[in-house]
Amino acid sequence: MEQEQKQALEQAMQSREKRIRNLKEMDATELESILIELREEHQHLVSLEADCADAAEAGYYRQLIKQNQNQSTLVQKKRDKIYQKQIKTVTPKAPLMKNIGRAFLVGGLICAFGQLIINSVMLQYGLDFKEAAPFASITIVIIASLLTGIGVYDEIGRYGGAGSMVPISGFANSVVSAALEFKREGMIYGIGAKIFQIAGPVILYGTLASVIIGLIYYVMG
Amino acid sequence: MGRRIGARALLFDNPVGIRSWATAAGRKEAGGKLGQQFDFIINHNQFGEKSWERAEQKMQQYALELALEKAGLYGHQLDFFLGGDLLNQIIATSYTARTVGAPYFGLYGACSSLAEGMILGSCLLDGGFGKRAAVCTSSHHDAAERQLRYPTEMGVQRTLSAQWTVTGSGAYILDCAPCEWSITGALPGRIVDRGIKNSSDMGSAMAAAAVDTICAWLEDMNDLEQLDYIITGDLGKIGYEICRKQLLEQGYDVIDKYFDCGMQIYHAEDQDVHAGGSGCGCSAVVLGAKYLPLMAQKSRSRLLLVGTGALLSPLTVQQGETIPGIAHAVLIEYRQGGVTC
Repeated sequence: MEQEQKQALEQAMQSREKRIRNLKEMDATELESILIELREEHQHLVSLEADCADAAEAGYYRQLIKQNQNQSTLVQKKRDKIYQKQIKTVTPKAPLMKNIGRAFLVGGLICAFGQLIINSVMLQYGLDFKEAAPFASITIVIIASLLTGIGVYDEIGRYGGAGSMVPISGFANSVVSAALEFKREGMIYGIGAKIFQIAGPVILYGTLASVIIGLIYYVMG
Repeated sequence: MGRRIGARALLFDNPVGIRSWATAAGRKEAGGKLGQQFDFIINHNQFGEKSWERAEQKMQQYALELALEKAGLYGHQLDFFLGGDLLNQIIATSYTARTVGAPYFGLYGACSSLAEGMILGSCLLDGGFGKRAAVCTSSHHDAAERQLRYPTEMGVQRTLSAQWTVTGSGAYILDCAPCEWSITGALPGRIVDRGIKNSSDMGSAMAAAAVDTICAWLEDMNDLEQLDYIITGDLGKIGYEICRKQLLEQGYDVIDKYFDCGMQIYHAEDQDVHAGGSGCGCSAVVLGAKYLPLMAQKSRSRLLLVGTGALLSPLTVQQGETIPGIAHAVLIEYRQGGVTC
């Protein structure tokens, strides 16, 4: 009896496997009916697994449940594909050239400003480039933080996109905006815990990358 | 159609049968007081999935499918599916509903979600809007812990008032046909907030609401003598004590019939759970694995399930706000041989 039941289950599974091979020719109602069939079978299998006292027996049904789920995923994907194709036809595309232009403008301005600081510091105090560069970073970070605080930097970001996000000013913005946002949850669970919410990955992977590069430098002499 | 008795109690004219139910629980729960009473035991917290959230959803789906199988039904034959869980935006239940294919109401009543679902499901069926409904809730210890408190592997000492979120799920199939167990009354709770701010002491936050609801029920129905069990959802040891004391102050001596689901699931000392179990899954598994079968020991019995919920948000707790508590009561009656609905 039990053996027969198992055979019937396996047969149903295999014959469906064959049907699923020509998913392409099926319409939405047919896909839906296969899904209902799969759900009903899933329910039976789960209760069969629950009734098993023996671990090996339960494993057998677990295997069948997995097969059932794989088939479900396949059919669902097919069903959803039809819908997702339609979405693409009505979704507006981002104006790529316009965005690139703006990013170039804003990013370029920030970098040019930085260069201006470096050059004037080098001239004024007679420093070399390496010594002068931090002045630019510090100044830009301070200005970007202030602009974030008074609610201007998000406007710049909306216009400039990646152009205002990639330079160090974007980093400052991400730290200060998080600090502002989570002030209400207190100094520890709020600011303390959340200040690097966005900048955290940059810090972690930036540090990691510099360690690796340092090692390479060391090995290569 | 139902009736209103007194100020807040509801009675259903067509008692709504509990046709079948099923419970699924984790390994820690299986090692507790209820041992092997559960229909399905999940041997690993991840349940073969890549995340705890997926594991919770799968567990819930299993509980629901087992209950459906016992009732001889399929998900798409249900008129309503109601449920909730503790994950953000009750996402586990919504994913389960995706596989059910029945009209769905997602509920958030924290740990009172089961009672809330039972009340609303009964109202829908008694109102004649359908013949069958399923109510299903779940919670998963690790998924809840990482969302509401700390990472699970963090070495913190839990306070003595803290409760252990139950990994478990219970599903109940409500039906308009005659059944031995039926829901005959309810009392929807109201928010009671006594200014508790500690998210590790939710029992105290909920106990006040439980007292409010139980008193309202006894005042309206005056049936303390007829009740065999009053069970609260997950007050834990501390909340239970407060609740019992306050009921006594109000003149209700419930000592021999009042129990708390949170205290019925684990061995408090051996399993290091402090005040007891909690979570949407707590009352859902204890009711199905313990109390409903227990009711059948007598030819007729009445049980008042008081689902208690601490409706906190981790965000507002950090902002220093208080925890609103709620308690919904459901009257479940057992009659040998069943009643005609």
